[in-house]
Amino acid sequence: MNSGVERVRADAARAGETAHLSFSRVTRFYRSTSGKAPFHALGPVSFELSPGEFFSVVGPSGCGKSTLLDVAAGLSPPTEGEVRFEGGAVNGVVPDGVALVFQEDACFPWLNVHDNAAFAARHAGVAESEIRQRVEHALAFMGLTGFARSYPAQLSGGMRQRVCLARAMVLRPRLMLLDEPFGALDQQTRLLMGDEVLKLWRDTGSTVMLITHSIDEAVMLSDRIGIMSARPGVFIDIVSTGWKRDRDSTITSDSRFGALQSRIWTLLRGESLKALEQRP
Amino acid sequence: MSRVGWWRTGLVLSAVLLLEIATRRGWINPVSFIPPSKMANAAWGLLSSGQFSKDIGLTIAAAFIAAVMAVVFGFFGGLVLHRFPRVLRVVNPLLLSYYAVPIFVAYPMFIVLFGINRLPLIAIGFAFAIVAMAVNTLNGLQRVPRVLRRAARMSRMTAFDEMRLITIPSCLPYLFTGVKLVVVYAFIAVIGGEFVLSGEGIGYQIAFAYNNFDNQTMYGLMLLLLLFVGSLNLTLHVVEQRLYQRRVLREAS
Repeated sequence: MNSGVERVRADAARAGETAHLSFSRVTRFYRSTSGKAPFHALGPVSFELSPGEFFSVVGPSGCGKSTLLDVAAGLSPPTEGEVRFEGGAVNGVVPDGVALVFQEDACFPWLNVHDNAAFAARHAGVAESEIRQRVEHALAFMGLTGFARSYPAQLSGGMRQRVCLARAMVLRPRLMLLDEPFGALDQQTRLLMGDEVLKLWRDTGSTVMLITHSIDEAVMLSDRIGIMSARPGVFIDIVSTGWKRDRDSTITSDSRFGALQSRIWTLLRGESLKALEQRP
Repeated sequence: MSRVGWWRTGLVLSAVLLLEIATRRGWINPVSFIPPSKMANAAWGLLSSGQFSKDIGLTIAAAFIAAVMAVVFGFFGGLVLHRFPRVLRVVNPLLLSYYAVPIFVAYPMFIVLFGINRLPLIAIGFAFAIVAMAVNTLNGLQRVPRVLRRAARMSRMTAFDEMRLITIPSCLPYLFTGVKLVVVYAFIAVIGGEFVLSGEGIGYQIAFAYNNFDNQTMYGLMLLLLLFVGSLNLTLHVVEQRLYQRRVLREAS
């Protein structure tokens, strides 16, 4: 086990927590603007993530996966229930030590790659000399060293997403939330980016929660996979993959990979059909 | 210079040369339209004599004040409209039809309000330009990607930091377009106002020369004005290109 995980687990132990992130009967309703009943987007949802765990959430379109992530990030408060991160309540305020990588391109087009990677850490008040070291490490880690002075418009979609991952990495988060970060990329690039994320996860020791539509991606990357129902999303099952920590995209040829995919699709199929029927 | 730039320069020079030949050969009456070479000669004479320096200074000063005011108030106007969508819904049709109204009809009103001095000209320049700035600011603010705002929230930024570090840099190309339009509109309005009712300024002097059949002075002043406003716009264009070369041009391509 690497030092990153030990650090996260030690922090959690000091805080007297066995769970790094926990959801306890969390629901999220949105007010309707047209006088209709409130829109029930999520829950009730209860689960716990262990320190250093890689947890993915798969579910049909519109089931509330991104809402779950927003609530975990503190971008959206739960309507009912409680979210706790490292023992502290998360109630619509982004906690310290949490980073979010978005599905959309979140690079700042007016900043070069180096400054994009340094942006969040600079705002968090990290010393400039420390930021320089972290950025150099993150860019080298992501294979972007030669592009430090390039601007996002000069990079491919995959490289831009690596810049966003580098930005999160420079922050040294204890919880990393990934909202379909490879959704806009082609299948081959997604597999390679999956390898990058696994390396990043091992390097930082962060707890990771990934939201994805892709069953393959979830099976390849995760220690556990939460399978959500059609809206309002609740977990219908949580599946452990049993992969060893040191893994990469070559596990897609493992016989267990297909079995896991098949099991998850069996659970999801009916929910996906329900979700199709729910569409206006 | 790029290949397109060379073609553009060639096109302008060809048009000037054609006018020169047309007026010299008498295809166009050289009394009512003097050859471009004579215009240039007259412009140089007017500039070096200092005869119209005061008028040039007055026009530039009025347009500059009007432009600065329009940029500042237009920017804050755009911010307010973006911040209060209900207000925007109320005034949006008015903004869209703003330039359908000939603003010069308000000039007598400005004279009544401010008196016969330079203030009505500044007011008309300001009134003509402010909406361009407000609309461009609003466009820019509306196009700040939601994901960048969410990134700001993840960094726990204050509203001021979000504005300073995310919103303004993100909509800067739109703000720059607004500034360029403001400069053009402010000059159009101020010089147009001087034409209509003023006793000084370049617009007044062009109108005075026209009424007195003084074509040398009229075309000389027109050329000076054209060169000045053209240079100003070119400067703004170059600054914009340098600032956003990597970002805007590559995105556009």
